[in-house]
Amino acid sequence: MRRIRIQGGRVIDPANGIDRITDLCIADGHIVGLGSLDDFHADETITAEGLIVCPGLIDLSARLREPGLETKATIASESAAAAAGGITTLCCPPDTDPVVDNPAVAELIRLRAEQAGKARVVPIGALTQRLEGQQISEMHELHRAGCAVVGQPNRSLGNSLVQRRAFEYAASCDLTVFLRPLDPWLGHGCAHEGPVATRLGLPAIPESAETIALARDLLLIEQTGVRAHFCQLSSARACAMVAEAQARGLPVSADVAAHHLHLCDHDIGEFDTLCHVLPPLRSERDRDGLCRAVADGVVGAICSDHQPHDTDAKLAPFSLSEPGISGLETLLPLALRLCESHAMPLPELIARLTSHPARILAIDSGHLSPGASADLCLFDPEQHWVVEPGRLHSRGHNTPFTGWELKGRVRRTLLAGRTVFMEPSA
Amino acid sequence: MSLRRQNPQLDSEGRLRHFLSIEGLGRTILTEILDTAESFAGVGSQQVKKVPLLRGKTIVNLFFEASTRTRTTFELAAKRLSADVLNINIASSAAVKGESLLDMLHNLEAMQSDLFVVRHSESGAAHFIARHVAPHVSVINAGDGRHAHPTQAMLDMFTIRRHKGDFGQLRVAIVGDIMHSRVARSQIHALTTLGTAEVRVVAPATLLPTAVEQLGVHVFHDLAEGLRDCDVVIGLRLQRERMEGALLPSEEEFFERYGLTERALAHARPDAIVMHPGPINRGVEIDSAVADGPQAVILEQVTLGIAVRMAVMSMVLGRPPGAEQGETT
Repeated sequence: MRRIRIQGGRVIDPANGIDRITDLCIADGHIVGLGSLDDFHADETITAEGLIVCPGLIDLSARLREPGLETKATIASESAAAAAGGITTLCCPPDTDPVVDNPAVAELIRLRAEQAGKARVVPIGALTQRLEGQQISEMHELHRAGCAVVGQPNRSLGNSLVQRRAFEYAASCDLTVFLRPLDPWLGHGCAHEGPVATRLGLPAIPESAETIALARDLLLIEQTGVRAHFCQLSSARACAMVAEAQARGLPVSADVAAHHLHLCDHDIGEFDTLCHVLPPLRSERDRDGLCRAVADGVVGAICSDHQPHDTDAKLAPFSLSEPGISGLETLLPLALRLCESHAMPLPELIARLTSHPARILAIDSGHLSPGASADLCLFDPEQHWVVEPGRLHSRGHNTPFTGWELKGRVRRTLLAGRTVFMEPSA
Repeated sequence: MSLRRQNPQLDSEGRLRHFLSIEGLGRTILTEILDTAESFAGVGSQQVKKVPLLRGKTIVNLFFEASTRTRTTFELAAKRLSADVLNINIASSAAVKGESLLDMLHNLEAMQSDLFVVRHSESGAAHFIARHVAPHVSVINAGDGRHAHPTQAMLDMFTIRRHKGDFGQLRVAIVGDIMHSRVARSQIHALTTLGTAEVRVVAPATLLPTAVEQLGVHVFHDLAEGLRDCDVVIGLRLQRERMEGALLPSEEEFFERYGLTERALAHARPDAIVMHPGPINRGVEIDSAVADGPQAVILEQVTLGIAVRMAVMSMVLGRPPGAEQGETT
């Protein structure tokens, strides 16, 4: 039985209201407890002075590209990148090829993740078969095969009746549905509808593409009683609608992608394809509204919305380039910026990356209670580093944050007590 | 916090290296283009319609979208400057499937091309190509998606200047499908940069992009009001496919409300000129009586377009060597 003592770090465990400098003891891959624990004799001591010791991060949306697009990335390559980003649990959307609409695909993903051994991967099951929005999927079977939730990852269903049935069925399976509200008709384009898209002549997606779909979702959630989670909200107005729904007691939660907290449509500049993302980068006002919604707690989680690409995917005119950002390794430092910009206490911010996403997924993770799996992230909150695409562990080097100096560097990541990442200099 | 961006169109001496969009270019350069065009305007009427300025240069017309007029005038302009011209038409995108756009460009570069004249159906294509060409190659945008068509805008400015002189006194109305028009966007930038007193756009809301007023124009939905006291009236081509997608009810209704007829034109100043980038749809956006009438300068635009394209080509290729690198602005 291997016993590890993590010594002298500032342990932040938002789920248990803990924030103090102390030791953390691990035995056989599980948390034993906090403090010096006199009868605990460690085989290994990890010095964590000056570091934050928190639960491993839980990322609610990361494309791993496997199965189907292994030329871009694999479960092994991206779970290693996740470890480098302090992330120990990844949710992968069901839009793989084949789609995660049957237990075999879900099991394949989990098996590959276990073989890689760098992070836990929780597949999101498809809400409808082949994600075509016609026939509901075998949600119960998907759940048994390890899908914590079911979802429709890219745009909303066109057919309101299918949507209602899917919600009803998910509710009766006691499953949360993951939704990304985007009206299938208004949602065609590649940039936020506003002055920037007008100037550049880019096909535009209006804010109403998100809010109309969200309004329909909320009404059907109210009618069916399903628990729902909104993925990667992009507009301030949508956050206000979710806040209002939460105030009325609807069982809804939301996340935003870290890049939406820092970039807006102006960053597209002269057609920078690295800023081509879906949902699109919206106005400065939206960006600020999203930050406030995270600070207020309306938006409970920050995800990476990681989408690794090969170089060619971005080497094209803007609208022909593929959307997405490689975000696993910038998730934590980008999120940490809210502590300064929006005066968020660090434990609250860490909750948005650990305990809250765990609660949204209804999984027993994201906390440091005795007996919990020792999934940990040790990071230096003061260390500055400059983003260099060539030094990312992800196979996708597509980041618009190249050259940004970020604060907060992961020094070590543990998965079930095993070190799966250690910063070379540490 | 983001990195400082280069002005991709200028070299380290502030001279025109690529011509991609009007936006980002100052009044001085636009005026220089017009003045240079003026010096070329007579070449077409000489016995020998050629000047030897670009002898030995290779210009590739790279058209990913069908075009007759623009490609032809670029070809004529290049030939009148004594350059060698290669026309490559890749109208169907299927043709480039096997080979990536960049591979194709690098192959053409390897053939020692000096200038690419590019038309593409996607906004930003010319910027993309300019960003990836070798340092000795220049790029002229001959139309990219809905974004820009800067040589068309400059030939329009040239036509206006020849007829009206000082932009500071002018009221200009652009009528029709602004939403899908790269010509309109470039015209608006050119007109505002040259100090036009008032630029108006006249169209139903379905054909206007969001926040178009932030480009510095006044928006009108009524044609008579929009044309009132204008010195210049510019019609835009209305693509037939715009009748789909619930943008307009019918060509007839569009012509009734926004067609440039003699009756509508009566609201403009009596000496107003009528322009159109062509090809025109008679009876859709413009009435034959106006298109062929005394105020129309549509064919003159085509002629002047050659001089403007000669001007831009000679400016981007006529720079002294050693100034290829872009400059941070």
